[in-house]
Formats: sequence, C-alpha cells, structure tokens
Amino acid sequence: MSFLIDSSIVITSQILFFGFGWLFFMRQLFKDYEVRQYAVQVIFSVTFAFSCTMFELIIFEILGVLNSSSRYFHWKMNLCVILLILIFMVPFYIGYFVVSNIRLLHKQRLPISCLLWLTFMYFFWKLGDPFPILSPKHGILSIEQLISRVGVIGVTLMALLSGFGAVNCPYTYMSYFLRNVTDTDILALERRLLQTMDVIISKKKRMAMARRTMFQRGEVHNKPSGFWGILKSVTTSAPGSEMPDLTLIQQEVDALEELSRQLFLETADLYATKERIEYSKTFKGKYFNFLGYFFSIYCVWKIFMATINIVFDRVGKTDPVTRGIEITVNYLGIQFDVKFWSQHISFILVGIIIVTSIRGLLITLTKFFYAISSSKSSNVIVLLLAQIMGMYFVSSVLLIRMSMPLEYRTIITEVLGELQFNFYHRWFDVIFLVSALSSILFLYLAHKQAPEKHMAP
Amino acid sequence: MASLDRVKVLVLGDSGVGKSSLVHLLCQNQVLGNPSWTVGCSVDVRVHDYKEGTPEEKTYYIELWDVGGSVGSASSVKSTRAVFYNSVNGIILVHDLTNKKSSQNLYRWSMEALNRDLVLTRVLVTNGDYDREQFADNQMPLLVIGTKLDQIHETKRHEVLTRTAFLAEDFNAEEINLDCTNPRYLAAGSSNAVKISRFFDKVIEKRYFLRDSNQIPGFPDRKRFGGTLKSLHYD
Repeated sequence: MSFLIDSSIVITSQILFFGFGWLFFMRQLFKDYEVRQYAVQVIFSVTFAFSCTMFELIIFEILGVLNSSSRYFHWKMNLCVILLILIFMVPFYIGYFVVSNIRLLHKQRLPISCLLWLTFMYFFWKLGDPFPILSPKHGILSIEQLISRVGVIGVTLMALLSGFGAVNCPYTYMSYFLRNVTDTDILALERRLLQTMDVIISKKKRMAMARRTMFQRGEVHNKPSGFWGILKSVTTSAPGSEMPDLTLIQQEVDALEELSRQLFLETADLYATKERIEYSKTFKGKYFNFLGYFFSIYCVWKIFMATINIVFDRVGKTDPVTRGIEITVNYLGIQFDVKFWSQHISFILVGIIIVTSIRGLLITLTKFFYAISSSKSSNVIVLLLAQIMGMYFVSSVLLIRMSMPLEYRTIITEVLGELQFNFYHRWFDVIFLVSALSSILFLYLAHKQAPEKHMAP
Repeated sequence: MASLDRVKVLVLGDSGVGKSSLVHLLCQNQVLGNPSWTVGCSVDVRVHDYKEGTPEEKTYYIELWDVGGSVGSASSVKSTRAVFYNSVNGIILVHDLTNKKSSQNLYRWSMEALNRDLVLTRVLVTNGDYDREQFADNQMPLLVIGTKLDQIHETKRHEVLTRTAFLAEDFNAEEINLDCTNPRYLAAGSSNAVKISRFFDKVIEKRYFLRDSNQIPGFPDRKRFGGTLKSLHYD
C-alpha cells in the first residue's frame, strides 16, 4: 500500500518536472523558431524530467521520506529509463534529423540513421577500454558497463564546463578587463564598413550593367564551368573589350565581402563592449565587479586544490559536512546532536549544489543555443543539448556522492553498482585543471589581440 | 554607365527564409546554387527600367541590401545592423510560408527598420509594439514576399494564402508568393514580375518624383523636405 502512495508521489513530481521542461523549451529555447517536430520537444522534456527525479530521490534519501524499498525501486527504474533515453533514443534521433537535413539522402533516412546509431554505439563501447573503471566481474550487458561510460563522458563535460566557467566568470564580472571603447572608435569602424559596402556596390553595378548589355546584344553569358568552359571563354572573349573581365571583378567583390563581414563582426563586438562598460557603472554592475574579485580567489584556490590532489594522489575521504561538524565538535568544543544536524546541513548543501548546477547548466545551454542555432539545425542542436544535459546530470549524481555523509552514500553505491568512484574524482580533477589552464591561455590571447586592431591612436 | 541614379531597398526577414536566394534571383536571373548563412549584410544590384515601354523610360540602379540575422539578436548586433538602415527608399519583407513565426516576426522587423528613421527625427511612436495606424500612414513602399511555396501541400495552400493576404493588408503592401529555386515564378510578363516592377517603380517615384509634392497627408515626409519643415520635427 505504501508503495503505491510513494509511487504516486514520485510520478506526480515527474509530471511536474516534465511540464517545467516543456515550458522552458517553448518560452526560452524555441522562442524565435516554430516547433515543427513535437518529438524533439517531448524528448527534451522527458530527459529533463527523469534527470530531475534522480536529484529528487537523493533529497528524499537524505530526508528519509518514503519507504526505503520503494526508493530503491524508483532509483533502479529511473536509471534504466535514463540510460535507455541517453543511449538509444537521443542518438538515434540526432542521426535521423541530421540525415533529414541533407537533401540527397532524403529517401533512405531510416536505414542511414540506424547505421549512424550503430557507429555511435561502437565508439561508445570503445570509450570504456582505456579507463580502469570496472572490475572484471561484471557481465557484458550490465547496467554498470553503460553507466560507467556515460559517467566518463558526463564527468569530462562537467569538468570542462566547470574549468571554463571558473575562469570566465571573474573575467566577465570584473571591469578591470574591460577594454576602453569610445564612441569615435565605433563611428570610425562604421564608416569603414559603409565605405566597403559602397565599393562593393559600385563593382556590382559594373557587373550588372555588363551583364545587361551582353544580354541585350543577344549573347547569353554562362558562367564558365569546368576546364573547357574556361578555355572557351578565354579564346572567344569579345574584341575591343569594353567588356570588363567579370571573373576578375567577382574575385575582388568576394574579397571585399569577406572584409565587410569582418568589419560587421568587429563593430558588433565594440557595441557589446560599450554596453558592458555602461553596465559596469550601474549599481548592479559594481556588485558583480565585487563578486568577480571573490570568484577569482575561489577559482585560484580550486586550481590549486586540483593540482594538489593530482600530485599527492589523494582523494577526499570524508565529506565537507562531517568534516565541518568534526571541527566544530573537536576544536571549538560545541556539543550538539551530530546525527540531526548532519542530516539537515547535508540536505541544504546538496540542495544548493543541485539547484545551482541545474540553473547554471540551463543558462549555459540557452546561451549556446542562441549563438549557434539556425532554423535548419535547431532540432539537432536541441537534441544534442538534451544528450549533454542527461549525461551531465547522471555524472552529477556520481560526484555528489562525495559531498554526502557515509550513511547516505550507500543508496547510490547500491544502485549504481560497483564503480570505481575514486577514478571519477581523479578524472574530474585532471580535466578541470586542463580546462581551466587552457581557458586562461585562450582568454589571455583573445584579450591581447583585440585592442591592437582598432583602437584610435 | 555608373552614373545612373540609384535607390536603396532593404530586404528583411528571419534567417533561413531565403532572402539571399531571392536577391540572387532578382538581380542575376539565376538560382543560387549554394546558399549559405549571411553574416552582416550582402548587397546586390538590379538594373531596372522605370516606366518601361513609355517615352519617359529611364534606367535606374536598384540596390538590394540583404541584412542577415534574427529579431531576437543581442542589442549590440541590432545597433550594428542599424547602420544599414540609413536613407532607405523601400523595404521588401520576406517570410517563409512553411513557418508561421517568420511571418509574425515581420512586424518586429519592420518596426526595427522604420523606427530607426523615426527615432532620428523624434516623431512620437507608440510603446514599440506594432501599431496598425502607423502602417496606414507609412510612406515607405513595402512589399511582402512569401518563399518556399513549393513545400506547401496543395490542400493547405488556400489556408496559407489567406493568412498571407491578411498579412500584406496589415502592411498596406502588395504580396508575392514564390519559390526561390524556380525562376519561372519571376518570368518576364508573369503577374509576379509585374508586381515587382510596379513596386520598384513606386520606390523610384517616391525617391525622385515626389520631392516637391505636398499630397502627403499627416505623417510628414522627413527625408525629402529640406529646411522648412525641420522645425516641425524637433521638440
């Protein structure tokens, strides 16, 4: 009986999460596009719903809500469904939509997408070989095999995002790094852009007039294609050439158009920097500036800790909650009910971690989506984002285990099986370090290169 | 030959509707083989005979400025785009017949382009939302073109065409529906070609021949009039 009640609670919350994912999709991601394929929206919302349910089950674990056996059942079921989605459905649909975009292969969409999926599975399996993630006592098709590989990909993603975010956050918040952009710079660049457009226009006018005169004279000007075409056009060019060499002008126009694109992008960049400068003078801007200093210290500390962990080959044994309580009890002599407080504090801590990581991920995904999507590729990109989101959340569960006291870790260990958790933490540290250092290098280069290009002397 | 008079026409619309293909078709009478994403603005030129077939026939250059991007772009991109909206003589609004959102976004596109001029002369505008009265008084010639007609199934065609007719009425503009990969839609003598020719004639007229006419009601024509009406515009 209690199992039914527990199940209905979990299922209701799943439906709520599904609705939230649906709304997010419609209002945020797809607000400029029309949703043609509802399958994409459904898959995204389902992935989101099941990922959030996993977090919800962790919270229930800490708070001791619901029956322990029903929790265990729901864990297992949730895990199976998520793995099914991440490994079977989403990659297959990605392949299907990619193939649908290519006009040539339109007829044989289904078989080709099956082929793509099989290729994906092959590489996915091969991924597990170089990593010491499993003990050999597991069978081939067990959940542990799949989870371990999903975990590797997800942890890599988390560490990459984390490393880049840790460096980028102070860089964008602090106004120290803002380049000085004045209105005259922007006007000068705009003038150059318009001048380039004028030159392009005058060249195109010549070409259009030449084409028209040739058309009126009864010659049909075909673009010389292939080797013989070019040969023919060279030998039979009109005598007394008032006919300008169209191909030469076309090449000049191509180069100028490339220049105009560059100028456009640079101007947009300058406008964005000018807006940021104005924002930094407001109250909110100053607050973020201060936060930026704080985050830069945090970032340096994290890089330092990651290095220490790798060099001294150490993985934290106790979680921060128990450590904190130990310190207060032993050194400060404050006595309080350890069990009671550890439960509540770990609930708050884990809750904060979960909420901030979900929110951070959704914001990053939205920004990414706006930057690179177009009307043709929006379906594929959303599915890719759903895949990333699913893998990210699964590996968050793996890593969150370290932040919880021992008695709550058991459920995760039981459900996910005998994974080498320490390996994942080590892997996270390595990738985080690599990502943070290369982000620093990348931002340094980008920062250095930009001001020299177009600052007015 | 480069000393012909010129007019500037903007081609606006969401990304992916087919503006570049359309411009290529209009200017070079050929189908664009490999359409790719437009960054910034790409221009092409069409040589047009104003009042063709009459004694007043004159040739003009029509510059078609194909501005890329989406209505939801960052404000820095919008500010950069605004540099192309200077001294525009006509606007072609392009939408995708298979995508309703692109038709709805046309209101925002036209506001973005028209507001640019309005802001310069400080004429009072409503809160930025679409206002039908503005389009009734609007003096800028508009043309609405719907693309990808071939991808609409026969059964749905009537419903789609009714919707676009309402759209064109809202803008007080003519409308054309075609497929940019098929030159026969714009073949000489077809009704589409006549509409386009009429539109370009209207643009040229507004630019060159209504300079000293005062038949324009209400909405002052700011660009054409010189010093005398300037005092009306600034507060």
